[in-house]
Amino acid sequence: MKKYIIKRLISIIPMLLGISIISFGVIHLAPGSPVDSTTTLNPKVSFEAREKLIIQYGLDKPLHVQYLNWLRKLVTFDFGRSYSDGQKVINKIAVCIPITFLINILSISFMLLIAIPIGVTSAVKEGSFYDRFMTVFVFVGFAVPGFWLALMLMSFFGITLGWLPVQGITSLNFDNLSVCNKFFDIGKHLILPVFVSSIGSLAAMSRYMRSSMLEVLHKDYIKTARAKGLSESKVVYKHALKNAILPIITILGLSVPGLIGGSVIIESIFGIPGMGRLFFESVMGRDYPVIMAILVIGALLTLLGNILADISYSLADPRIRYEK
Amino acid sequence: MESAVKNYIRPLYITAALLFLVTLTGCSRRIMPAIDYAKSGPPSYGDTIIAASIGDATTLIPIVASDSASHDICGLVYNGLIKYDKDLNIVGELAASWDIEEEGRVIVFNLHKNVKWHDGVLFTAEDVKFTYERLIDPEVRTPYGGDFLKIESLEIIDPYTVKVTYKQPFSPALSSWGMWIIPKHILENEDLNKTEYGRSPIGTGPYKFLRWKSGQCIDLIANDEYFKGRPYIDRYVYRIIPDTATMFLELQVEALDTMALTPLQYRRQINSEFFKTRYNKFRYPSFGYAYLGYNLLDHKFKDKLVRQALNYAVCKESLINGVLMGLGRVCTGPFVPESWAYDKQLKPFGYNPRKAKEMLAEAGWSDTDGDGILDKDGEIFEFTILTNQGNDLRRRAAEIIQHQLGAIGIRVKIKVVEWSVFLTEFVNKKRFETVLMGWGLSRDPDCFDIWHSSKANEGEFNFISYKNSRVDSLLDEGRRIFNQEARAGIYHEIQRILYDEQPYMFLWIADSMPIVHKRFKSVYPAPAGIGYNFIKWYVPEDQQKY
Repeated sequence: MKKYIIKRLISIIPMLLGISIISFGVIHLAPGSPVDSTTTLNPKVSFEAREKLIIQYGLDKPLHVQYLNWLRKLVTFDFGRSYSDGQKVINKIAVCIPITFLINILSISFMLLIAIPIGVTSAVKEGSFYDRFMTVFVFVGFAVPGFWLALMLMSFFGITLGWLPVQGITSLNFDNLSVCNKFFDIGKHLILPVFVSSIGSLAAMSRYMRSSMLEVLHKDYIKTARAKGLSESKVVYKHALKNAILPIITILGLSVPGLIGGSVIIESIFGIPGMGRLFFESVMGRDYPVIMAILVIGALLTLLGNILADISYSLADPRIRYEK
Repeated sequence: MESAVKNYIRPLYITAALLFLVTLTGCSRRIMPAIDYAKSGPPSYGDTIIAASIGDATTLIPIVASDSASHDICGLVYNGLIKYDKDLNIVGELAASWDIEEEGRVIVFNLHKNVKWHDGVLFTAEDVKFTYERLIDPEVRTPYGGDFLKIESLEIIDPYTVKVTYKQPFSPALSSWGMWIIPKHILENEDLNKTEYGRSPIGTGPYKFLRWKSGQCIDLIANDEYFKGRPYIDRYVYRIIPDTATMFLELQVEALDTMALTPLQYRRQINSEFFKTRYNKFRYPSFGYAYLGYNLLDHKFKDKLVRQALNYAVCKESLINGVLMGLGRVCTGPFVPESWAYDKQLKPFGYNPRKAKEMLAEAGWSDTDGDGILDKDGEIFEFTILTNQGNDLRRRAAEIIQHQLGAIGIRVKIKVVEWSVFLTEFVNKKRFETVLMGWGLSRDPDCFDIWHSSKANEGEFNFISYKNSRVDSLLDEGRRIFNQEARAGIYHEIQRILYDEQPYMFLWIADSMPIVHKRFKSVYPAPAGIGYNFIKWYVPEDQQKY
């Protein structure tokens, strides 16, 4: 097992290299350049000044030289500085990751908390009115545009009722609050974004859960359990659920890289300074160092997530073993 | 089992019920404020103003910053040597006065003596020299070097006198010294491209920097020792709210004191009692215009008659009504409409599609084969309007133009392209027939880079390839003369030539529509907008909120 893990970890390096070459090529092939945004047709910004910026960023050099320069720095974990504000890329990302991570963890937990019960109960009551109602409900949640739902909720809870803050992650007087109140303040700000970002993924997860549960419920050992005279709740929640939840774990393992990827729409509407906005803005501004850093970190997490999922397979299912 | 399932279902019913409720918003809420904000009162110190921006600032080093959010903050933290007053005249700021010598080749600035940086160090001529040196330093990523590269030498006569010598007389120079001055004693040994100073600036301005939470807000606090007197409002909070719909919701809970409204919000959404009792709205022309630029290298647009005909064929009023809900004015030239450079006598062409058709016929374009589309020598009159993504106004304007030109037999296509691609692949390379764009206007009318024939190379701003020797020499002359009246004559003539020749179809000047909370007094609109006297804004003591 140890050997296997080490082997997998080493295999990450060439993969990451390949991914970085492709990403680097693609973002540089995309038309436009980082100096466009800083010089947005301002007649005060002369042509010469723009040329100067291109040289300063090293964009006049051939692509492979630019790539090697970037790679050389990366080896020492230096992602360079953002073109847009001269800040260290790693600092920019470090500011955005915690909040995105928090929102994603909360919304995934919230989503699971709702999706699994919906899936399980729908499977148990397959074909009933309840089952059909839930199907419609989760698909409505899936189909409703996130930005619309967000604005409606903000308008209702923020303005009409005045219970929750409209947007942002902290109140203006945040710094003067006690630790306990700070906690509540952030919590109040997170309710709507967490709710809106989990409602969309409800459909997929509850459907996975439902079909996986249905499959298990038709298995022979469930019949055996029933025949043994176990109570229905024991059959469903002890024997069936345990087995049906395995595929869900796999899906969760694969969503590890998604934990640091934020949603541009949710973050923009709620004014949350997270990864989604950072990535979107850096793409629109052709801020190459930031784009590359986010892509490489994302790729690394995806690869690690895959390994993690493979390992947890073997842990959860004794039939799978990675020897040699 | 039943009860177990029920336990799972209960939260779902609640969620569903809430979802349903949300669609029923619009319940009543408090309409009248507790305080009568219409009442005035004597000036008093205190309170906070909360403003908002859709984008975060990038850096607060003014000579490097190029986005509007950074400029908003720099404008409060720093001072230039000069500034524009409410009627758009140049007045001294850090410079108490100046003398123009040697027919405009030399400007001598006499600086104020009692100005302190926010850390207490005295401001002197050394800081001016330092700012200049950084502006022309090839290592510094500043987009503003252009005007300063025309300086031959900058000498410090004494700690409060600076003599600037230009290679040639250059009248926009005075305006260029509105550039915010940065402190030498702090930045002397710093790399301006990397320094952390960009996130904790020290200036001479009316507000001191307090803190910056990335992507959330920037806080400023009044400078007690401001050389022109302490501003009345204690704190300035600049919140970053990327979505304008969200921003408007924040306005409805009074969590924002000021924002720029869209035409739709101005016309339809702020007429309630709630807004009338709490906010003042303002409206004045903005500093910028929209235009349809013809690629003059394209044979269809080489003939002036054709361009004039197109101008007759498009109704600017209906564009302004359709796109801006009437909140704008017809534009006849590339200058700030309230400034001395703009020729207010110049009458717009007016809308006359019949005349347009006649003129096109005169130019050889007529419908010979009866298919409803004009043609000439077997070629039909067809062109593409290219515009950038993300600006809905422009796309809608293009559609109206398409319709109106269609009515006189011209087939128009519309292509919308992402901004960066739009610039690098189409505009810079002159790969377009017409572009629908806008220019921001600086206070000084000099527009050499846009209209001079020497500025028509790839990537430069005369991308429509306009060439007119009279305009060239007028632009040169406008840069040499300092006398405002004489310059006005020059720019009026440029405007008349441009309007007659129609290298651009000048479309509109949109209005700025800021809204400000009623508790702020002494807010008066002027040609310069409302922000010119910000340090004089105040909230009477009994209306203060924070």
